[in-house]
Amino acid sequence: MRTVNSFIGSPIERLEDLRFLRGRGEYVDDLSRADVLHAVILRSSVAHGRIRSIDTSRALALHGVHSVITARDLGGRIPNVPMRLQPLPDFEPFAQPVIAHSKVRYVGEALAVVLAQTPAIAEDALEVIEVDIEQLAPVPDRHVSAQDKSLLFEEKGTNLAIKFHAVRGDAAAVFKNAPYVRRESFRVQRHMAMPMETRGLLAEWDAARGRLTVNGGAKVLFFNRRTLARQLGLAEDAIDLVENDVGGGFGARGEFYPEDFLIPFAARHTGRAVKWTEDRREQLMTLNHAREAECDVEIACTRDGTILGLRGHAYVDVGAYMRTNGAVGARNVAQFMSGPYRIPNIDIDVALQLTNKTPVGTYRGPGRFETDFFRERFFDIVAEDLRLDRIEFRRRNLVSKAEMPYSIATITPFESKDEFDSGDYQATLDRCVHEIGWADKTKLRGKLIDGRYHGLAIGCFIEGGAAGPKESARIVLEPEGDYSVFVGSSAVGQGLETAFAQIAADALEVPMERIRGVFHGSTSHVSDGYGAYHSRSIVMGGSAILAAAKEVQDAIRAQAAKRLGCTPSEVTIVEGTKAIGPNGKSISLAGLTNEGISAEGAFLNKRHTYTYGAHAAHVAVDPKLGHVELIDYVVVEDCGRIINPLTLRGQVIGSVVQGLGGAFMEHLMYDEHGQFLTGSLADYLVPTASDFPNIRAVMLEEHPSPINPLGAKGAGEGGIIAAGGVVANAVADALRTLGVELRDLPLTPSHVWQLVDDARRRATAE
Amino acid sequence: MPVRFEVNGKAVAVEVEPRLTLADCLRHHLRLTGTHVGCEHGVCGACTVIVDGAAVRSCLMLAVQAEGAKVVTVEGLSHDEGLTPLQASFRKHHALQCGFCTPGMITTAHALLSEEPDCDADRVREVLSGNLCRCTGYISIVDAVLEARAAYKRGGERA
Repeated sequence: MRTVNSFIGSPIERLEDLRFLRGRGEYVDDLSRADVLHAVILRSSVAHGRIRSIDTSRALALHGVHSVITARDLGGRIPNVPMRLQPLPDFEPFAQPVIAHSKVRYVGEALAVVLAQTPAIAEDALEVIEVDIEQLAPVPDRHVSAQDKSLLFEEKGTNLAIKFHAVRGDAAAVFKNAPYVRRESFRVQRHMAMPMETRGLLAEWDAARGRLTVNGGAKVLFFNRRTLARQLGLAEDAIDLVENDVGGGFGARGEFYPEDFLIPFAARHTGRAVKWTEDRREQLMTLNHAREAECDVEIACTRDGTILGLRGHAYVDVGAYMRTNGAVGARNVAQFMSGPYRIPNIDIDVALQLTNKTPVGTYRGPGRFETDFFRERFFDIVAEDLRLDRIEFRRRNLVSKAEMPYSIATITPFESKDEFDSGDYQATLDRCVHEIGWADKTKLRGKLIDGRYHGLAIGCFIEGGAAGPKESARIVLEPEGDYSVFVGSSAVGQGLETAFAQIAADALEVPMERIRGVFHGSTSHVSDGYGAYHSRSIVMGGSAILAAAKEVQDAIRAQAAKRLGCTPSEVTIVEGTKAIGPNGKSISLAGLTNEGISAEGAFLNKRHTYTYGAHAAHVAVDPKLGHVELIDYVVVEDCGRIINPLTLRGQVIGSVVQGLGGAFMEHLMYDEHGQFLTGSLADYLVPTASDFPNIRAVMLEEHPSPINPLGAKGAGEGGIIAAGGVVANAVADALRTLGVELRDLPLTPSHVWQLVDDARRRATAE
Repeated sequence: MPVRFEVNGKAVAVEVEPRLTLADCLRHHLRLTGTHVGCEHGVCGACTVIVDGAAVRSCLMLAVQAEGAKVVTVEGLSHDEGLTPLQASFRKHHALQCGFCTPGMITTAHALLSEEPDCDADRVREVLSGNLCRCTGYISIVDAVLEARAAYKRGGERA
């Protein structure tokens, strides 16, 4: 008997790499079809206005232009982009029409779709479409928005989409008699996921069979198919959404966008295959933006640093419309402001303000990156005020192992209760203190060495994962004796095929080579699927694979029993290759049936997993140039059970660097007219190979999650969540002797220089 | 207009519009879709190919400018079976996730190591800083390139 497999936990090199490294991946723009029409989209250059007319006659006269689709061609009823998460009726009036028909509300909103023989001809046609828009007073930020003078939706009478409210205990009571109270405001800038591959779609309409096939799906294909079927008046099973290789998601790619209606509609409208490939400028102004949040909060503590309460207001600039998951970030800002800490009394509301900017959606660590910056920055200010050690302040207030499961603040409306599943938060903090070498480095704090000030900081985080309600998997024993695995989870570049093959091989007790393939995402693979968001794939998809493995083994035993002349319970499957009956007689699984044996399994879940840990940073700040060098950065996180340490490390380090991009450079800027200013990668700066070379990750599996059979916790976002708060505190620590007041991100060189200059001016004035 | 050049050791002749980029020519006329187009303004490096030995952004070069040149794409750096030492090092170090920037990273690193097999980590970072990756955080890519230097020192992997 072979020993049980242990692919889970091993640093298995990825199966996907064999095609990606040789240029054999297949992304949606790699597909071609004979006689395809290329779509290019005319987008509004005006932030807020009323459409008077769109004249397409000169475009239609160009040789090679097939047609131009505007709102008029949709036949009266313009579908809206639906809310996928928190689908409250309150949001419906603020939904985005798939094409602008009466007003435009942000720069980049779709006005028309040009279909032509080549993308170049279609782009030529864009130049000669004449659009007449009556400009309305722009709403460029949340302050103008809150005045409700210029309204995005006049019939609603307000630019406030909704207020969420996070409550725990009785904050008002505890603030009345608190020994220490402090109030602060913080702000995070608008930035975005910016996956390397831009979006793309290839839609084909088969009129004879009444079937629509759409390549270019990602993330949540089953939801998107339901949406598209409803909008087009087709049966769900008349549509196949196909997931190709996907060049990064990070929450933004794969949500249902206006183009996810427009391109399939164009295919059906014209009876031709229609292909659309987003360019980078379009991506920067149409893919979900994120993170633009502010808060004005108060904390109440005892003098020894025990937190009694947290209360106040947060404001999220949600852009022009509420679409798919646009409320998640704001919800999380309120619900997770307490992070991994025991804060018994909480009262925080968050206003979702509409502005004339690109709508927001989730970006890796949605709301959590923002609120971790608010909280951790606030904690360092409070600890200094109370003359307490920053680590001791955190240790004292972290939720303890004995308090698990621990309930956090409840959110209303769309009531959401949540609790932490398991863990020892103090242990990861202590490990992080040790790994960064805090004791040795602490003497550098605030020191000026070779013209640069050194600073040190540490912070703690939690990362939610494993969103329910369900994930499905199907495993097929192929006639030749290999296994194929089909899952409802989606791959966005995170290495799902490898991790799922590891899980399946262990469950079926076969070598990984016997897993013929892991087929994911596309709506044709399983009866129902939920996809990739909220760090859910390993927990939900992986657990579904365990369930399917059990089902297929039962089905194999039943089939073998017939051949062996015994009952299924008397059959033993050995090494995944043969079935043995009670009398020792065996048959090979290869050739057991002609058509193979297929079984589906599902994992149902209502609870969330919480990966947790701590980050620490050591920086050197040049006060003359405002440049910050990251000298050392350490992440310690416990994600319950590690499926593949190689890919987990990739998630952690990659996620940290994305977070550092948000902390130091990434900024989607608009002017006072709502004009978009950062439409190229020369304007929107992201980290490069030379920016942050020193990052270390320590990954632990000390506390498996009790809520799934793998014991795993979602782990794709922990790196990004804490990054902003920790490096901001390290910069503030470095400049502490100057008395800088650091409350905003990003820490660009000019911002850091300004902080130093402001502090010096204040000092001189005193 | 007609243009003739060599791609991955094979002579090609294509009829293109003067405004067609080399990237689009490779991808859509010659069906070499391993070369990816990320930004079309020369910042992201995903479209990097090797033209007469130099790493070049094929989105900033017109197809007609390739007349008479020797062009190597990621497909031309690959064995039919298995991985080259550089590719194997990328796999070992988990230097790729979604794979979209990877062809540009491989071609850029190959051009660098072919010229400078003794380059140090700072030089690798400097050269790769012209190629954007949104998944890995770059550290594993730099490690992979550094480990692959040995293969180039032996002269084992020249295009």
